[in-house]
Amino acid sequence: MTTTTEVDLDVATYCLRLGDDALVLAQRLCEWAARSPQLEEDVALLNLALDLLGQARSLLTLAGVREGRGRDEDALAFLRDEPDVVNLQLVELENGDFGRTMARQLLVAAYAVPLWQALCASTDADLAAIAGKAVKEVAYHLDHARSWVVRLGDGTEESHRRVQAGFDEVWPYGFELFEVDPLLERLIARGVAADPAALQQVWRATVEEVLAEATLVVPETGWRPTGGRSGAHTEAFGYLLAELQHLHRSHPGVSW
Amino acid sequence: MDEQAFTARVTGDDRVEPRDEMPDGYRRTLVRQIAQHAHSEIIGMQPEGNWITRAPSLRRKAILVAKVQDEAGHGLYLYSAAETLGADRDELLDLLHTGRQKYSTIFNYPATSWADVAAIGWLVDGAAIVNQVPLTRCSYGPYARAMVRICKEESFHQRQGFEAMAVLAAGSPAQRRMAQEALDRWWWPALMMFGPSDVDSPNSAQSMAWGIKRFSNDELRQRFVDATVPQAEFLGLVVPDPDLRRDEETGHYRTGQIDWSEFATVMRGDGPCNRERLARRVAAHDDGGWVREAAAAYAAKHAAARAVAA
Repeated sequence: MTTTTEVDLDVATYCLRLGDDALVLAQRLCEWAARSPQLEEDVALLNLALDLLGQARSLLTLAGVREGRGRDEDALAFLRDEPDVVNLQLVELENGDFGRTMARQLLVAAYAVPLWQALCASTDADLAAIAGKAVKEVAYHLDHARSWVVRLGDGTEESHRRVQAGFDEVWPYGFELFEVDPLLERLIARGVAADPAALQQVWRATVEEVLAEATLVVPETGWRPTGGRSGAHTEAFGYLLAELQHLHRSHPGVSW
Repeated sequence: MDEQAFTARVTGDDRVEPRDEMPDGYRRTLVRQIAQHAHSEIIGMQPEGNWITRAPSLRRKAILVAKVQDEAGHGLYLYSAAETLGADRDELLDLLHTGRQKYSTIFNYPATSWADVAAIGWLVDGAAIVNQVPLTRCSYGPYARAMVRICKEESFHQRQGFEAMAVLAAGSPAQRRMAQEALDRWWWPALMMFGPSDVDSPNSAQSMAWGIKRFSNDELRQRFVDATVPQAEFLGLVVPDPDLRRDEETGHYRTGQIDWSEFATVMRGDGPCNRERLARRVAAHDDGGWVREAAAAYAAKHAAARAVAA
């Protein structure tokens, strides 16, 4: 019989954070099904969602194992209340138009690429295995976001205006990507987690390069909304969670 | 164009390819059929797509996302197949958006419970396979080849739908009820997917002569009924047809009378969801106009820049 250690609990929380990010963003991308600007994008956006959903399932499963309380991926996805869900607020923001959706995709993918690259070398073998798969997927996510941001930014006057507005709206939520707390410090010291300071440099370089190519400007703001990692959410999140969870919760204990 | 020679050629199982000569009527018939098939795929994303965000487990959610993505992919291959005949995707979409071309009537019914997602996979994909497998031998090469891939995926969807239905049918009383009600809702519309009886189907004979169609609507419907009734029995669900009987002599199941007036109503545009489905498709297209324009403007700008550089 294995006993749950404090490290296990830290890893469980770290996996929950990353898993919730992936699940919530997948849920938002799924809202585009049969609503996208062209058929190719229906295929592409659902492809991104499917990758993220796969990442979420692996991460939530691992979180449940390390936590040692018998919760599986579904118990974690469907039976936690809002204050216990610890995704970044950035991923829960409403989609807005396609420009805003792509602005968010760029901010998230430009972070996910160095994150999963770093986690391939995690001292936690299970996490490193998840990273090995995710790192290939998010490389495509970044290409996809980059190519749209460039085309929209350097497309028409309207598309330029819209995607710039999208960046202006989502940008403040990007700071939360790089916050550090004691739990993260402990996991960085053990070589389990990626260090946000290193990720931020790569992220900033990628995002600035894409925005420049897209003829867009880096938004300036002093506002830094925060709190997702401790279960504080935007008002929009309650609706997302209600839609995600209601059917599962309406029939407790059954199989699907 | 020697139409008799053409007909003889396609009867001999020779495939027609995009650059081959073909009668105008053959081309028109195929463009219409392939386009309507493509439209059905993309409108068909809506009833199931509505359930993605509510799927009751992460596994079911992933399966459903992949399925809806496949439907978008099928739409893409089919519009491409139509383009090999000289059609243009934008024009075909315009025909859909303005109601001048149809899509399968089945997608004008609402999917109001999770079991409807299972029933659509089991029955609607099941009926689609029966309809489409013969199309893999259609006389027009690109359509036949698209159908090979599509049928493989549809058959995967049908098995997943049946499996999801089996879980519900063996589940709690509420799940069982959900499953039975979904079968009640989808059974008759699924039978109507094969189209009117052959005596009332004006285009069938010509399509058969051209090797576009291989079996009559009634033959295909019978094949579906014979395959599906035992599956319903296996699930312990009741097919909502008091007149359903197994003909001991032939082994075929005989259904009661199909209500063709309902089919005509839905075909005319007065089904429960006709307006909603089309409105959502048009809204997605219109809302995305600025994105497509931006992509075109960017491509033009950079093509011009490359030309100057070269």
